[in-house]
Formats: sequence, C-alpha cells, structure tokens
Amino acid sequence: MRTEIRIGGFGGQGVILAGIILGKSACLFDGKEAVQTQSYGPEARGGASKCEVVISDSEIDYPKVLTPDIFIAMSNEALVKYIVDLKDNGTLIVDPGTTDVEDVREFIDEHNIKVYEAPATKTATDEIGLKIVANIVMVGAITKITKVISKEAAIKAIEASVPKGTEEKNIKAFEAGYALVE
Amino acid sequence: MAEEFFIQGNEACAKGAIAAGCRFFAGYPITPSTEIAETLARELPKVGGSFVQMEDEIASAGAIIGGSWGGAKSMTATSGPGISLMQENIGYAFMSETPIVIVDVQRGSPSTAQPTMAAQGDMMQARWGSHGDYEPIALSPSSVQEFFDFTIKAFNLAEEYRVPVFVMADEVIGHMREKIVVEEDIEIVARKRPEKSDNYLPFENIENGTTPMPAFGDGFNIHVTGLTHDERGYPDTNNPETHDKLIQRICDKVLNNKDKICSVKTKDCEDADVVVVSYGGPVRSVVEAVAKARADGKKVGYAKIDTPWPFPDEQIKEACANAKDVIVVEMNLGQMYYEVDRVCKRDANVHLMGKIGGLLPTPDEILEQIDRIGGN
Repeated sequence: MRTEIRIGGFGGQGVILAGIILGKSACLFDGKEAVQTQSYGPEARGGASKCEVVISDSEIDYPKVLTPDIFIAMSNEALVKYIVDLKDNGTLIVDPGTTDVEDVREFIDEHNIKVYEAPATKTATDEIGLKIVANIVMVGAITKITKVISKEAAIKAIEASVPKGTEEKNIKAFEAGYALVE
Repeated sequence: MAEEFFIQGNEACAKGAIAAGCRFFAGYPITPSTEIAETLARELPKVGGSFVQMEDEIASAGAIIGGSWGGAKSMTATSGPGISLMQENIGYAFMSETPIVIVDVQRGSPSTAQPTMAAQGDMMQARWGSHGDYEPIALSPSSVQEFFDFTIKAFNLAEEYRVPVFVMADEVIGHMREKIVVEEDIEIVARKRPEKSDNYLPFENIENGTTPMPAFGDGFNIHVTGLTHDERGYPDTNNPETHDKLIQRICDKVLNNKDKICSVKTKDCEDADVVVVSYGGPVRSVVEAVAKARADGKKVGYAKIDTPWPFPDEQIKEACANAKDVIVVEMNLGQMYYEVDRVCKRDANVHLMGKIGGLLPTPDEILEQIDRIGGN
C-alpha cells in the first residue's frame, strides 16, 4: 500500500527534518520503502514550506506526492495553501496553536476529512521547555494517529537524525507528542 | 557488511565519489548540485583528499584536469550554467585524454532559468558542447542508489578509457532522499601507469587505444597539449595524418567498446506495440505508467537508458524492434528523441513527450500519451 504524507509549516519549524525522520523510520527500521522530497526555492524561506514523504510496502516508482492521504499543518498559511490536494476521507493533523481549522472548514466538510488536533508548539514549550522541538512532538502525534511508522522505528530514526547530545530531549518530545492523542 | 543510508541523491553522489577513490574536487557550487560540493568539502579532508572552491566553473574544470595529471582521481559538480562555462576545458580534457568526472545536476534552462526545478536540457551539450570530434561517455541515474552507483561507474570508465565522463543527473534525483545500500566490496578501476623505458611514448597509438598515463612527478618527460600532437605529445599541427590518427584513436577507444560501456534496461518490450524510452528522473514515472498500462491489458513496454552517451544504438533498436510506436519521455523539448528517432525511424513512429517547466511528468500524463498514440 502506498501512503502519501505532506507536512507544511513555515521555514525554520523543522518540517523537513520531521519528514526525513518519517522516511528514515519506514525504510531503515520498519522494512518498508520511502522517498522524501521537498520544495526548494524562495518559497521555502520564511513563508510556507513543505516536505513530502511516500511510504510503501513495495518499490516506489513515481516519487512525488500528488494527492496526500495525510496532511500535517504546522502553520495557518501552509494549512490553507497545501490542503487543496488532500484525498477524500483523508487525515488532517493540525497544531491548534498555530492554525485555525475554521479557515478550511468548507474543504473538511466537503471531502469528509478526519481532523486531529495536536498542540505541538504548546507541548514543546510547556513540557520540554524548547519551542524548537515542536516538529519532533508532531512526529510523536503522527506516529500515534496514523501508525504509518512504528514507535520503535521512530525512536531509532530520531536518535540517528538529531544533533549529538540532544537525543534525550528529542525522545522526550516524541513521547510527549505520542501521548497527546488517544 | 553492507550499510544502509537514507540520504539525498547529491549526498549519495559525493559518497560514491569517495568510494571510487576521488581525492580531488574543485568546483563552484551551484543549485541544485550544491550538496555535492558541501558534502565533499566536509568528507574529502577526512580521507586525505582536497577540496577547492574555485573562482568560477572555467577554473574548476581546469583545476580537475591538473588534479588528474597530478595523479588524483578528480571531479567537479555543477548545473547548466556551469557546464556551459566548462566546455572549453572539457574539450582540452578530451584532447589531452585526461580522466575526469563531471557531474551535472540539471535544472531549468537555458541561461540561469530555474535554479530549483528539474530539467534534462544539457544532454546534447554533454555530447557536442565542446568543439570538434570526440566521443563522450555519460550516465543518467534514476534513483539515489543509481546516483551512488553511477558516480563510481563514471570514475571507473574515466580511468579505463582516459576520458572525461559525465554523470547527467537532474534536480529530482539530486534532491530526493531514498535508501541506498553500500556494499562492502565495490569494484574500483585503478589507473594504468606506464613502465619506464628508453623509447617511452605517452600518447602511443596502441591497439586498444588507451595509453597508460603517468602522473606529474613520476619521472616521465611528458608534454600535455590541446594542439594536435604526435605519439610523443609534441605539437604536429600541419600534418593531416597525425591529426586523423590521433582523433580516430580518441574516438575509437570509446566506440570500439560500446558493447562494454552501453547499458539499457528493458521491461515487457518483446510483444509491445508501444515502447516508452526514457532516462534519469522521468524513468520513475514511466515505470509506473507502463505497469498500469500492462495491468489494463495494453501491450506496452519500456526501455531505460543508463548511458545516453555513447548512444546505445543496438540496445534501443532491439528494445523497439517489434513496436509500432515509440514514445520518448524527457524533460526538454527534444534532445535524446532525435537519437531514438535516428535508430528506430525505419521501423516505428517515434513520438516526443517533452515536458519543461520543472516538474516530473506524472504517470497519468504518460498514460494519456500512450492511449492517444496506441496500445489499446
């Protein structure tokens, strides 16, 4: 099965790293295939930035995301700009601290989108004391909600991807995100 | 033990270069190839190699020619605007038979056009970009794994035949991340060094065409020039025979080994009415489109060109032998299409599906083309 994931936010939030961790988890630790792509260029600076991942049980030919099954929005600009191709009955995960789902309510109702709220920025600030780990909190929430990667693989991939010495804080951030949703 | 990584195409290229024995990189970083220079700036010093950021691409090509004559396997990486500037020195490398590897991560063109978008607009420049008669070798990767493998292959071919070798990648393959497997045993071709003798000829017209190459400092008296030269390397510019012999040898050492150099991968071509021919990034969409067409009972196959240059005439002819229609998918307005047309046109209608603008053709776009042309 092919699952297409898009993560959107503003430059500097770490959406690219979040996508790399999803891809790495799937193909190095879950025995699946994964391809990660991202948009480069002026739009990646400051404004809306996006990272895309395809995860599949079999070989991935076409590497790009056309109609995501899962869309994670970490900024309102990204939410409004990148929700347009989300599949019918798709999954939307938003950070309520940085987005307003009412701005895309019409799309959600029309396409029967499942909406989850994961207050990643607030959790990162309040529980970890580091706003910059909001992306890793979000990876925890994504793992729990979508099960597209396993928890064990995610932890290994985070350990292999974050700067040396920050592993513990990042794993804590992941666990906090994992606990955010039932 | 084999190791696995989840990395970018450009990082895989740099990793492949080091695995192949590259110990000198000179370049002028340019999007979308920058991560190759960035990675090698970090990694080359760790293995005793050198990285130099040059003042421009003309100097970059000159520096790697010097690096190669200094005895180090040498490489540069660039994109369209840089490959244009390098052409003069690339010609010099062909004439002086200097093994170098030039990686071109192609972007929207001409001129500076679209730095962050994908294209395949430099394919003919790899073939004909410098003036005169010569036979380049070029490889086009379609995955991050192939960008690693083909960079190693490029160094091996450069050393084997003493020629510049191009790795013609594109922004899609350069920037995407995928898993690569790095095997413990990698086949590496070492440079053939000459034996010292009284009548040593550095450009001797030997049977297989590739004369062993000394490095500066090895103690040989050698003269390296872009002028037409005799077997000693001395200029002999007014003698038609000297020029003919030299250039024929430089071309023939590649052309006579096409069966060893050329590589084309095919699927489902035997009974195909329509064969889709592609190379580099677009192959990814072609593979998916052809699988879907087959699943719908359409007689469609594909041929993936690993080595655009020298053009694999025989392999493409064979792949398209039973096809009524051939579709060439590439990210330009027709370059390799003309080569496919040249080898197939007596037997099949060759159509171009050229897409510019920076995005990969999608599998659906290719399927539409297949349906429009035939295969029903």
